[in-house]
Amino acid sequence: MTAPLVTVRDLRVDFPGDVAAVRGVSFTVDPGTVVAIVGESGSGKSVTARSLVGLAGERATVRAKTLEFEGHDLTGLDPRGWRALRGRRVGFVLQDALASLDPLRRVGAEIAEPLREHRTVPSRQVRAEVERLLGEAGVPAPEVRARQYPHELSGGLRQRALIASALAARPDLLIADEPTTALDATVQRQVLRLLRARADEGTAILLITHDLGVVAEIADHVHVMRDGVFVEDGPARRVLEAPEHEYTRTLVGAAAGHRRATPPGEPAVVLRAENLVKTFRLPGKRVLRAVDGVSFDVEAGRTLGIVGESGSGKTTVGRLLMGLTRPDAGSVRLDGSAWTELRGRDLRQARRRVQMVYQHPLGSFDPRYTARRLLAEPLDVVGVPEAEQADRAAELLGQVGLSPDLLNRRGRELSGGQAQRLAIARALACDPDVIVADEPVSALDASVQAQVLDVFAEIQERRAVSYVFISHDLGVIRRLADRVAVMKDGRIVESGEMAQVFDAPAHPYTKELLDAVPTLRLNHL
Amino acid sequence: MAGVLKTGPAGNGAPAGTGRAELVRLVLLRAGGSAAVLWGAVTATFVLLRVMPGNTADVLMARSTTASAETRAQLIADYRLDESVGAQYLAYLGKTARGDFGDSYVLRRPVTEVLATQLPHTLLLVAATLVVTVAGAVVLAVLSARAGRVARSVFAGVESLLVAVPPFWLGLVLLTLFSFTLPIFPAVGSSSLSGLVLPTLTLAAGPLALVSGVLREGMLRALHEPFVLTARTRGISETAVHVRHVLRHALLPATSLLGWIGGSLLGGAVIIEIVFSRPGVGRLLLTSVQNKDLPVVIAVVLLSALVFVVFTIIVDVITWLVDPRTREAA
Amino acid sequence: MIRAIRPGLWPAVVLLVVLAAMAAVPGLFTGADPDAADLNATFAPPGPDHWLGTDENGRDLWARIVHGARPSLLIGGGAVAVALLGGAVVGVTAAQLGGLADQALSRSLEVLLSVPWLLLVFLVVAVMGPGTFPAMVGLALVSLPGFARVVRAEVLRLRAAPFVEAARGFGWSRLQVTVRHVVPNALGPVLALATVTLGATIVAGSSLSFVGLGPQPPTAEWGAMLAASRRTLSVAWWPAAFPGVALTLAVLAITAVGQELQRRADGRHL
Repeated sequence: MTAPLVTVRDLRVDFPGDVAAVRGVSFTVDPGTVVAIVGESGSGKSVTARSLVGLAGERATVRAKTLEFEGHDLTGLDPRGWRALRGRRVGFVLQDALASLDPLRRVGAEIAEPLREHRTVPSRQVRAEVERLLGEAGVPAPEVRARQYPHELSGGLRQRALIASALAARPDLLIADEPTTALDATVQRQVLRLLRARADEGTAILLITHDLGVVAEIADHVHVMRDGVFVEDGPARRVLEAPEHEYTRTLVGAAAGHRRATPPGEPAVVLRAENLVKTFRLPGKRVLRAVDGVSFDVEAGRTLGIVGESGSGKTTVGRLLMGLTRPDAGSVRLDGSAWTELRGRDLRQARRRVQMVYQHPLGSFDPRYTARRLLAEPLDVVGVPEAEQADRAAELLGQVGLSPDLLNRRGRELSGGQAQRLAIARALACDPDVIVADEPVSALDASVQAQVLDVFAEIQERRAVSYVFISHDLGVIRRLADRVAVMKDGRIVESGEMAQVFDAPAHPYTKELLDAVPTLRLNHL
Repeated sequence: MAGVLKTGPAGNGAPAGTGRAELVRLVLLRAGGSAAVLWGAVTATFVLLRVMPGNTADVLMARSTTASAETRAQLIADYRLDESVGAQYLAYLGKTARGDFGDSYVLRRPVTEVLATQLPHTLLLVAATLVVTVAGAVVLAVLSARAGRVARSVFAGVESLLVAVPPFWLGLVLLTLFSFTLPIFPAVGSSSLSGLVLPTLTLAAGPLALVSGVLREGMLRALHEPFVLTARTRGISETAVHVRHVLRHALLPATSLLGWIGGSLLGGAVIIEIVFSRPGVGRLLLTSVQNKDLPVVIAVVLLSALVFVVFTIIVDVITWLVDPRTREAA
Repeated sequence: MIRAIRPGLWPAVVLLVVLAAMAAVPGLFTGADPDAADLNATFAPPGPDHWLGTDENGRDLWARIVHGARPSLLIGGGAVAVALLGGAVVGVTAAQLGGLADQALSRSLEVLLSVPWLLLVFLVVAVMGPGTFPAMVGLALVSLPGFARVVRAEVLRLRAAPFVEAARGFGWSRLQVTVRHVVPNALGPVLALATVTLGATIVAGSSLSFVGLGPQPPTAEWGAMLAASRRTLSVAWWPAAFPGVALTLAVLAITAVGQELQRRADGRHL
């Protein structure tokens, strides 16, 4: 048993005029282990991590009974002392490497910065060392990549480069704050493996994340954080398999995803996509086939899940279903008539039958409108008399679990979860047959995601509305879908009943997706 | 030009090495666009000349009672007034492209000759103003970005005052204070160096305040970017953070603002020259406008359009050099 | 609207109201005749008889400044109104037609933008002759491209905005969506630009009369008053000071309100 590398006892961080961000947390990090702090946004997890390198912010007051690194007290450190620690002893990785690497500097210069600052290698060898580090982080052709700029690299390569820069001066501790949040599932998995490998070689890792799936993948020990305190601590396996605190149970439940029973019977088809093709012209005369021969049926009262990673064409499919873009070939038929055949009044009436819920609800609200006006607009269209609109609006809010008190608020005065519920209520106002939901929960925190998905499920049980759920998140799809279509590069590579696709995937890409998603592995623990 | 433009689409994601060729391509592309803008401007002035009552020769005749039939014939030949509008237009385009703006209606000397004596004074003022603007703005912005909240709002207040003050009145105030009340600088136009101080300060005040505000805002914004946090986690000093990461980002918006200012200073200089009774294009232009001496006015307008597009190209090149993200779009 | 005025903005708003009142009913603020010369009281310094002193003809400066508000503000206001209307027409046309027409319009605007504002106005005045109307036309031409660009960009942005798409999804016609969502949302940025431009244009207008190309004497106009004061700078400072203060205050107030409108249009509240 070696001495812990980091010891934190009773850490408190205050910001003037705010409630305390961190209210007394204690933990240790040992060499060669991965310690995770899990929490939702605003829980204080990032502030905790930044306090360890003295970057909690200019206005923050940091106090602790013990704040030690290798037995050295950090509480009284001067700026010079902090600088000697940062980069050299503690490396730091932030989420979204596009914003975290200086866009105006070459990748190599960013990685070389800690090397030059701490002079860990002679300056003549910096270039070779940078390439070695990139290679070590799993970046192919490092000599080329080092001379490129961050925006020229894919998300996965950028994150690897950022990790390489954090590890450049061989720190003993790596703090990774949401290191994979901006990445697709398959890439996320590779990056997590890279981090685990570093831990196995002896680097201590403090992982900050909102995603229990990520914890399940690589953490040894986990602290669950909420409102500035740890509500539960323990070995990762124990916490995930037998959560003791109620909040942890909510998080685990949200991450695992409950399966719902598929309604029996042979349902009718409401919306049919036939051989849809949509191409976009790119600069330089290249053509992107965003949607390339896609066909499927949306059945009455059931949910079709469309899964795919970013760039797979799923969002374009959504717009085609709404009749907002014309397909280059093929058609979308609502009860047998194609969007392209409808004109004028018929078209406008048909539009009401297919409604959309967007990823970012605020963007879909007129910024000047209150909730009342947002709901009144579709009610106007379907001819609800003005006298009844107030009652109907309150009723719609009730259906999505919102209080009528919110009617006078504008979109930006609502929380993310409230805004998305309002968006659902608005979509219901036209009494549609189909709701197309494009990544409706991916901008929300995990526990809020679960609540919003519950709202979707309850509504479908109450009225026979069909959903088309477009998501990159297999957990979300698993929660709601009856049938699943897996998209890759504009084509559907596999489709079928949900259970069949998830339990016995036929296409290699589907298998890869399922393997990559940490949340689902959790179920098999 | 067309042959140059057809070099085909840029190799996407191609690593460094093609940089210089890309830059040349950018400059040629922008120069092409600028040529189109200038052509538009020349064409517009041709239309203006035609809109004026009577043809050019008539205007000239009306002003000169002594013109002989010979002079008249010469003018008609010069401007091809006996030919079709198309031919006149082509002749005008050709002359303008060669830098021949015709003769002043009033002074009856070639416009180019008239301008040549006045332009250097104006260009000197513009150049001095640019230097003061850039140097002053950088110093002010760096000082104020690192200052506290209160000091920063004082800076911002002074800046909005400087932007709001009408330059010609600022000139009057400075004259009253430093030439009449305290006789430090000469009051009436002089081409000496001390005579340049007040006009330069007057002309630079507004641009300096604008640029420094934009620079500071850019620096403050960049300071909150994740890449600055990342840079700090590497243990580098605050000065290094500012120099390597922050300032560069702030330079981008400031450069494009500066380009726009540089292009329009020629206009501001005209008023300032009048306030300070300095020699230069200002006085000449004012009398020309009052006398409807279109060739002179048009020449200055076209020259300043040329200066403007040159500044635009310079800004594009600087942006290209500083910001790799714009290179693919170009 | 009123409840939302920030405390720091009140002086600007009050000043604007006062200026507007001066321009509309100058009699409210002074009983003196702005053009009445009094050769016994030339260059009277500021004092109880003449608050702001008198000029070289013994005319009361306060009265001249009050009466000067209308011509001084009118050129700017008129020019901005014309530019806004013209810019809106050009911007909407460009956005709606798209393609080659859009390109051609955008290039033409660039030609206008490539000429410094003063020279553009000079060109117009050289053709039309000096006076209030030519100055207004010239200044309108200067700010028209800015409005056209903002209107064009707003129309394009709003046409693709998810909330506009959502409204189409409810089955509104194009016209209904435009009236309900596009126009009201575009109005914010356009009005903000108009206010900020107004400040700059008022200065530009007074610069023109300063060099003698705007309203002709003896009109009490701030720029023209400053021009006259230049000849007597060594004798008296007040004729050169107060009209400039009035002008600067007007521009500061208008710009402050404009910047606040801009912040709101950008959705940055308080």
